Amino acid sequence: MADVLLFPQTAPAEAPQRSHGWMRGVLRFARRKPAGALGALCIIVTLVCALGADMQVITGFQSHAQLLAPHFYDAQNLHNRLQGPSWAHPMGTDRLGRDQLSQIIYGARVSIIIGLSSVLIASVLAALIGVVSGYVGGTLDLVTQRIVDGWIAFPPIVLLIAGVQVAKAYVGQGGVSQTFAVILVLGILLAAGTSRVIRGAAIAVKNEQYIEAARAMGATDSWIVLRYVLPNVMAVVIVLATVGLGTAILAEATISFLGFGVPPPFPSWGRMLSADGLLYMRKDPWLAFWPGFAIFIAVYGFNMFGDALRDVLDPRMRGR
Amino acid sequence: MTTYIIRRILLMIPTLLLVTVLVFLIVRLLPGDAVETIIGQYTPLTQGDRAAVKHELGLDRPWWKQYGDFVGGALHGDFGKSLQSQQPISKDLKNRLPVSFELGALAIIISIIIAIPIGVLAAIRQDSILDQIARSSSIAMLAIPSFWLGTMINVYPNTWFNWAPPTYVPFREDPMGNLWFFFIPAAVLGVGLAGAVMRLTRAQMLEVLRQDYIRTAWAKGLRERSVVIRHAMKNAMIPVLTLVALEVPIVVGGAIVVETIFSVPGMGFYLVTAANTHDYPELQAVTLLLALVVVVSNLLVDVAYAYLDPRIRYS
Repeated sequence: MADVLLFPQTAPAEAPQRSHGWMRGVLRFARRKPAGALGALCIIVTLVCALGADMQVITGFQSHAQLLAPHFYDAQNLHNRLQGPSWAHPMGTDRLGRDQLSQIIYGARVSIIIGLSSVLIASVLAALIGVVSGYVGGTLDLVTQRIVDGWIAFPPIVLLIAGVQVAKAYVGQGGVSQTFAVILVLGILLAAGTSRVIRGAAIAVKNEQYIEAARAMGATDSWIVLRYVLPNVMAVVIVLATVGLGTAILAEATISFLGFGVPPPFPSWGRMLSADGLLYMRKDPWLAFWPGFAIFIAVYGFNMFGDALRDVLDPRMRGR
Repeated sequence: MTTYIIRRILLMIPTLLLVTVLVFLIVRLLPGDAVETIIGQYTPLTQGDRAAVKHELGLDRPWWKQYGDFVGGALHGDFGKSLQSQQPISKDLKNRLPVSFELGALAIIISIIIAIPIGVLAAIRQDSILDQIARSSSIAMLAIPSFWLGTMINVYPNTWFNWAPPTYVPFREDPMGNLWFFFIPAAVLGVGLAGAVMRLTRAQMLEVLRQDYIRTAWAKGLRERSVVIRHAMKNAMIPVLTLVALEVPIVVGGAIVVETIFSVPGMGFYLVTAANTHDYPELQAVTLLLALVVVVSNLLVDVAYAYLDPRIRYS
């Protein structure tokens, strides 16, 4: 299968000789979960594109020289509009003569920034709500969970569209602040479902014997939460964050496609497909393919890897 | 059972209240001015004109009165007038709700037709080639953006065969043409849903096939078909049914995208237009209605679940 053929790229073949502990871990993971390893490969490709599009991130904003992306994302050349694939532009050019390959590579940076920051917000928020609600229980839990119910009831895209509009009004209209608005709303939205799962995990941990033992030894609630509950729900948080990254990237692409997300000139995979470009796509059909393929690779990677991670981190799922 | 349903409906009330508060808040927090939307940004206005328009819209009243009007009106199916067309919004919604409903229902049916047979087959032939393909393609289906699939359907057949997707016709005028129009957007939406359903079907079937009563059924010498369909599937399908219903929010979200791509005159298209033209009463009405659809479908899931699995009622 393709998974097996691709697998050597995630772990170099010479690794077994001088294998360190983590190398062996990576190898074992790849052998047991070829699909997860393929997902990891997709993630690595996306991350490499995001970091190495130009020298900015690597040199700490000292140099702006191009690295992986042959051109700057907004470099226009109106003489070269809507060119099909060629050696100079492997994915062709768009209606303003911008190199598609460069836009796709820079688009990875936008997706990863939005994905990572919104998932960070979501994880912190969800862990806080989930652990407190689950651990304290009682009336607080009941009230919190009804609020979460209302939160989940909204179709996410509807809330995203409305929420981004609201956030934009308070954060500002500029490109960076608009992107920040998207991150904020995505983070808050993702937290709802995640907090529900974390709450479940926290309740399960709360009833374990070692919590009872800690309490018998005179531990305070805050100590128990920090020392026992939080570390024990961490596996759940990590798995949900990995899958959440895929969800966040897909959601950003979706609202950018509808015209409510990341504003131009920032390259967003979703906006590259937006409907106002349909006429140009019919002239140069490759325009309709690559951005979607890039989204697919990133989302597939995080979903696959998160799935495999769940199997490895959750002992109850082992052997399935 | 009746007690359970009543209890569940009572639990729904705070959720619904919260939903109305959220919708009300979001729309009040939105940037821009309703007065400007109606009269146009460039018409010079005196303070008096402004106050008159505000009064006509009821925007000069205290917020709790505005909220009361909003909830009271919504209970009567009155969502006010559209800022753009000056028509009652409820009329628009009445035309558009059935369209979105047809799209969503067809999408769910298509996803079930794809997902359940493949999921069951993958489970009874665990680790076979078919299972491997089904497993990886189910995750792939979840990762394919519906707007990518939709855009490609709009672009490639057009460039290669000069074929374009059909345009909308009402069901009453041309039933077959209507179904054919809905088939493509529903299939695009359905493929995205099928991935999750397929995964759960497979997992549930594997779980059930390991049970003792399945071994008993085999031991009795029953044919494979009857073991799988009569004994295993019946029990494996309960969580799958729940998932199908839980996908209503995803269908609603997906419908927004798919309706925009294929120009389906439904609720999603309406929402995007309302958000683009800053028509807040419309936005408020659609958001509330879509949230309501989700809350009610969740209720139906719980009730159906309690009916199918008696243990839930008594816990």
